[in-house]
Amino acid sequence: MLSSQLPALQVVIPLVAAPICVFFRNPRIAWLIALIASSLTFMVSIGLFLQVQQLGVISYEMGNWSPPWGIEYRVDNVNAYILLIVSSIGALVTAYAYPSLKREIDTNRHYLFWTSYLLCLTGLLGVTITGDAFNIFVFLEISSLSTYVLIALGKSRLALYAAFRYLILGTIGATFIVIGIGLLYLMTGTLNLYDLASRLGDMDLAQPQLAALAFLTVGISLKLALFPLHLWLPNAYAFAPSVATSFLAATATKVAVYLLLRFAYDVFGKSQIFSELPLGEVLLVLSIVAMFVASTVAIYQDDVKRMFAYSSVAQIGYITLGASFASQTALTASIVHLFNHAITKGAIFLLLGIVAFQIGQPTFTKIKGLGKKMPWTSFGMVLCGLSLIGVPGTAGFISKWYLILAVLERGWWWLAAMILASSLLAILYIWRFVETAYFVTDAEDNTIELGSKIPFSMATVTVLFVLACLFFGFHTEFSVDSASEAARVLLEYTRQ
Amino acid sequence: MSETSIFFSVLIPVIGALLIGASRKLPNIRETITLITAIFLFLFNAQYLPDILDGERPEFALMTIIPNVELLFSIEPLGLLFALVASSLWIINSIYSIGYMRANKEKNQTRFYVCFAIALSSTMGIAYAGNLITLFLFYEILTLCTYPLVTHHGTHEARHGGRIYLGILMSTSILFFLLAIGWTWLFTGTLEFTPNGIFNHEQLQTSIPLILMALYVFGVGKAAIMPFHRWLPAAMVAPTPVSALLHAVAVVKAGVFSIVKILVYVFGIANLETISGGSWLMYLAGFTIIAASVVALKSDNLKTRLAYSTISQLSYVILAVALFVPIAVMGAALHIVAHAFSKITLFFAAGAIYTASKKTKVSELNGIGKRMPITMIAFTIGALSLIGIPPAIGFLSKWYILSGAFDAQETFVVAVIIISTLLNAAYFLPIIYAAFFRTDDNSKNHGEAPTAIIIAMASTGILSIALFFFSDQIISLGYQIAPAY
Amino acid sequence: MDLFDNINYWIAMFQIVMGLFIVIASENLIKTLVGLGIFQSAVYIIYISPAKIFGGTAPIFVSNQEVYANPLPHVLILTAIVVGVATIALGLALVVRIYEAYGTLEEDKIQDIDLGANNDA
Repeated sequence: MLSSQLPALQVVIPLVAAPICVFFRNPRIAWLIALIASSLTFMVSIGLFLQVQQLGVISYEMGNWSPPWGIEYRVDNVNAYILLIVSSIGALVTAYAYPSLKREIDTNRHYLFWTSYLLCLTGLLGVTITGDAFNIFVFLEISSLSTYVLIALGKSRLALYAAFRYLILGTIGATFIVIGIGLLYLMTGTLNLYDLASRLGDMDLAQPQLAALAFLTVGISLKLALFPLHLWLPNAYAFAPSVATSFLAATATKVAVYLLLRFAYDVFGKSQIFSELPLGEVLLVLSIVAMFVASTVAIYQDDVKRMFAYSSVAQIGYITLGASFASQTALTASIVHLFNHAITKGAIFLLLGIVAFQIGQPTFTKIKGLGKKMPWTSFGMVLCGLSLIGVPGTAGFISKWYLILAVLERGWWWLAAMILASSLLAILYIWRFVETAYFVTDAEDNTIELGSKIPFSMATVTVLFVLACLFFGFHTEFSVDSASEAARVLLEYTRQ
Repeated sequence: MSETSIFFSVLIPVIGALLIGASRKLPNIRETITLITAIFLFLFNAQYLPDILDGERPEFALMTIIPNVELLFSIEPLGLLFALVASSLWIINSIYSIGYMRANKEKNQTRFYVCFAIALSSTMGIAYAGNLITLFLFYEILTLCTYPLVTHHGTHEARHGGRIYLGILMSTSILFFLLAIGWTWLFTGTLEFTPNGIFNHEQLQTSIPLILMALYVFGVGKAAIMPFHRWLPAAMVAPTPVSALLHAVAVVKAGVFSIVKILVYVFGIANLETISGGSWLMYLAGFTIIAASVVALKSDNLKTRLAYSTISQLSYVILAVALFVPIAVMGAALHIVAHAFSKITLFFAAGAIYTASKKTKVSELNGIGKRMPITMIAFTIGALSLIGIPPAIGFLSKWYILSGAFDAQETFVVAVIIISTLLNAAYFLPIIYAAFFRTDDNSKNHGEAPTAIIIAMASTGILSIALFFFSDQIISLGYQIAPAY
Repeated sequence: MDLFDNINYWIAMFQIVMGLFIVIASENLIKTLVGLGIFQSAVYIIYISPAKIFGGTAPIFVSNQEVYANPLPHVLILTAIVVGVATIALGLALVVRIYEAYGTLEEDKIQDIDLGANNDA
């Protein structure tokens, strides 16, 4: 009984929990509600994942209106995997958050944070699970609006300006998406994604469909911070509260990538846009530029959070690079990197959250001698940094391996060399951190004063994330198998 | 003996490292643990010797990393030889480290011993790697865990040296090595080390194996083949025990070992003979030998001179394998052993000189033989062994490489060996001459280095000679690597 | 006349371009939001225009009517308007906070004050 309602519960639980936080207003109770809600959501997503593994695609009719008239929630191997990633990170970050938030946000504003956080989670999960195009827009805006609030809650006034800039660009992106959806509706008369895909497959790609695709691609690219539409990201990540950064960096852009995959492979799948249109080539070029430019810019940042934000832009380049190929290995690489990067970046920002908890906004001048004062945290940063570089034995290596195989499969050895060369840039910025943290020992520079002990909850969750970075470098049954299954499903959509 | 136990070779030093870390407050216990771990590791490796000589090739897959690619360990003669050399020298080196680190009052000694143990663990992983991914994994771990050793002093120079060290090793391995592995996987569908190689006849007809060979040779930056040799002299900023074990034995030998292993077990010596154009490797190695020897001749810093001598000696191994004849492959294996024992003796002596007199320059060594007779005798043994004078182990390896060169009728190789022997003599003999026969400068009589250093140095010196007389097992192991066909 | 047949879409296009131009060109944060509002309202027109059928009536089943307007786009746009209102409201709230923190609403001044060297994005 309950198990058949899982798709609805996935979204409804955090959605209902969000206003409850407002009722209570007490920071601790609000946090508890968020923790319970996000844990339940996580369990629901596990349930959904298992159901999809056993039964295949789940179709859920919202309010018993049968599709294509009513809103359908449709869970297949692709979004079951994404749901699992988003909700697990949502739950774990919540468990981590309380002490960090206490340090960074006024306690009388905590309930607002949690309301926005849960709404953001609702939005991200909704975008992922829904099978209705307009519903995507609505959930996207729910998540975006709450994201702006989360960022604006950051300590420094720069957070306000970063949130404002993101609001402008994010709204433009969302509006582009809604224009694209509108054009598709005009031409096909349906909003159901499944229905859209089959109707689009029956018609030629005329002008309006092309325009729709263009609007959608640009809109989604803004949301996933594809170079050069990434301008909102670095400041937003740098100045948001640590908890919000960890959550957003690990999930928000990943959901946007999912949208790209969904539209490019499923909705437009039968139109063969990869062979007919230069979409793949455009993505490819932008991804390569992102890998190099963003990594290079990252090297010159003074703020550690900003540096890793730029690194995110570069890493998103790897994900979109895999998505631009329309081959099994490349898509697997893309999706598995989506997962691996989520845990790696999540871990890094959680660690930086601990650093911020102890010394405030981490800049390169402040973290001198960090290796001595916070040995475990620094060591964790090094491990996660290695995963970003793609050193074997870490999660990052697995995705890089598949990416290289995918590129070599095409015979593009020069591109493989470029991918590897760009990971050398990652060495540069990671090593800048290592050298600053470990080798600056001058007494007068060593200004770090530790506030207090690292709270248990923060430490546990962070350790869990860091270990995951290593674990998924060795045990890839879950990550790679699910990713390659998702890739297979996506490619099947393009064939029917 | 169960096959799971192969993995213990990797695990033992890690356990050692944990115990060392746990006993950081108690230096005596910490160093006892290091020694016990080292001895235990050596004995553990040695127990495989009879089985391997009998032709057994135990294998153990720990887990599957990527579908069809496992974390695979297997023991074959070359790997066992390398593991034995590294682990036996770790024992002696630990004794030396204790003397050196205490006498020079180094900081962060626990970090030093922990990283050292982990470096040995990854060396074992490299030695027993059963496929390319496993090899690559431990290769990278070795780079990373030796980085804190290289930059041990934390000074500006150390940081600079560390940058070059890490920069070159990481870039070559990621740019070329990883690319080559990926390509091999797509090309052949396997990454496992197999006797006689993994390429079939048609694949050998294409030009891809040749490209892959270049990628592998340059990708393994640890072998210090020119032009990727700069990291080795840069890494000499490390404390001497690090230079000794890691940059005369573990790290650089891991490099040449990897190349030999890849050439023998991925390409296959018999196949390599048939590939046309494979001889560039021989010329490159020959060039590296001569060029590095010339640089060594010109450098006044003792450790730099030894570093360049290492670069040149490493290429002996590559040169030998590049002849693609079985007897030379045996010579290459033997040279890995010979150079390890001889060069570590030289580094020990350099460290002893520094500890006792704080001297680092060749030009300052006039008459030092009178003040430090044991040290300089050990130095002499090491130098003579590297020049290739019997009765030292270095003579044997050169002998086999030369016979390989005659076998393959490569006059180029013969010429390179003769010239480089002269160069070796030219950069070692003046030091010995100055030490014993030049008149003393005005240094005060500082005497010998601490006892631990002397013991370690004497044992490697004696072993360099003893192995000449007891080389049967090494040679029979060596013959099993590439059986004559 | 082709031009007048599609006049709604022309207007929408013009609004999109104008809105985006204002967003990009204006230094003042409030004006930026105004541009955003204009840009968003273009979407409403794009959606509503095809749904309006001349001579059609509200979709209530009456026996003497055969032509109905499509209600769905209207409903969608109601949602979109709500979203738009929320966005602008949040944007204005942020503007208020920014003004409190910086004492100005001019983008270049804000950047001068804080971002300075930091603004290499």
